[in-house]
Amino acid sequence: MTTIGEYFLEALPLLLDGLISTLIIFAVVVAIGFPLSIIVASLKTIGPKWLRRVLGVYTWIFRGTPLLLQLVLVYYALPTIGVVLSDNLVILIVYVLSVTAYESEVIRGGMAGIENGQYEAAKALGMSRVQIMRRIIAPQAVRKVLPTTCSEAIILIKDTTLIAAVGEFDLLRHATSLVTSDFRIDAYVVALILYLIIASILTLIFSKLEKRYPASI
Amino acid sequence: MEYAISILPQMWVGVLNTIKIYFLAILPVLPLGVLFAIGKVAGPKPLRWLLNIYTWAWRGTPLLLQLMIVKFGLPVLGINIPEFYGAALVFALNTSAYVTEIMRGAIQSIDRGQYEAAKALGIPYWTTMFRIVLPQAFRIALPSACSEAINMIKDTAIISLISLQDITNVTTQIFVRDKNLIVYVEAFCIYLLLTSVLVFIFNRLEKRFSRHEQ
Repeated sequence: MTTIGEYFLEALPLLLDGLISTLIIFAVVVAIGFPLSIIVASLKTIGPKWLRRVLGVYTWIFRGTPLLLQLVLVYYALPTIGVVLSDNLVILIVYVLSVTAYESEVIRGGMAGIENGQYEAAKALGMSRVQIMRRIIAPQAVRKVLPTTCSEAIILIKDTTLIAAVGEFDLLRHATSLVTSDFRIDAYVVALILYLIIASILTLIFSKLEKRYPASI
Repeated sequence: MEYAISILPQMWVGVLNTIKIYFLAILPVLPLGVLFAIGKVAGPKPLRWLLNIYTWAWRGTPLLLQLMIVKFGLPVLGINIPEFYGAALVFALNTSAYVTEIMRGAIQSIDRGQYEAAKALGIPYWTTMFRIVLPQAFRIALPSACSEAINMIKDTAIISLISLQDITNVTTQIFVRDKNLIVYVEAFCIYLLLTSVLVFIFNRLEKRFSRHEQ
C-alpha cells in the first residue's frame, strides 16, 4: 500500500485534469453570464411591460427550481423532442441561464437603489433611456452589487460539481471514480483541498476587486 | 392530464422524502448558527480558530463533495451512517456554516457603544450579549438566513445523486421509464410550489420581526 504522499502525487494528474474542465466551464459561464445579466437587468428596469413580465417568469422559474433538475431535464428531455446538442453545450446553456437569473436579480436590485433624481437629471440633459441605462445607471449598479456578485461567483464554482450528474468529467467525478476503484478516501481529501484553494483564491481576488471598486466613489 | 395524475402517487414519495430531509436538516440550523456565531465573536481563541476552520471548510467546498464523502468516504474509514441521516447531517452542518457567518456579521454590526453603555450600567457581558445584542442581531440576520433556508430546499435535489428518492430522483426514474416530458413539468411545479410556500412563510416571519419599524 502506498503512503498518502505517494498516493497524492499519483492521483493529482487525474484530479488536475478534472480541475481544468471545472475552471473552463466556470470561466465561460462567467464570461457569458455576467454581460447577459446586465442586459437582462436593464430590460427588467426599462424594458416594455410584456418583456418585463416574460423576464419575471424566467427568473421565477430558474430561481425557484433546483439547478440539478434543470440540468437533468435539458440533458435527458431535449433529445426526446428531437433537439440534440453536445453535452458541453447543454451544460453551458443551463448554467448560463441559471446564473443569469440570479445575477440579473442582484443587479436589478442595485438599479432600483439608485435614486430617481438621476434618471430625471439625465432625461433633462436629453439622454435617451438606453443611454441613461448604459452610461449612468448600469455602471453604478454593477459597482454597488459587487460583493453579492462575488459571492454568487463562489457559489457557481461549487455548483459546477453538479455536472458530474450528467456524466461530464469534472473534478468531483474523477475523485469519486478514484475513491470507488481504489477504496481509499485520499482522492476526496485532495479534491477538498483543491476546491478550498480555488475558493480561497477567488475570495482573495474578489476582496481586492471590492477594494478597488468601492460601492460609493 | 390523466398521465400527470397517474404518476402523482410515485411523485408523492419523492415529495415526502424531500420535505422530510428538509425539516430534519433545518431544525438544528438556527440553534447551531447562533451558538457558533457567539463562539466566533466572544469565545476563547482556540474555539474561534476551530469555528473559523469549520465555516471556511464547509463554505469553501461543494455540497455534493461533502455528501459523497459521507456516503463513499466514511465507510472506507469504517464509519457507517445510514444514508438518509448522513445526508441530513451534511445539509445541517453545511447550512449552519452559512448561517453562522450571517449571524456573526449581524452581531458585529451592532454598535460598540451599546456594549459600553451596558457595561456602564453594570450589566455583565453575557447578559448584554443575550438580552441586548442577540435580539437585535437576530432581526438583522433574519432576511439573509431566510434566503439560505429557501435555497436549502433546492439544494436537497442533490441527494438524488446519492440515490436517495427525493423529487428529482423520482422524476428522473419516471422519465427514463415513460419518456414523457410531463413529469418534468410536474417536478418544476412542485418545486415552485414548495419554494413559494417557504417564501410566504419566511416573509410573514420577517414582517413579524420588523413590526417595530412600521
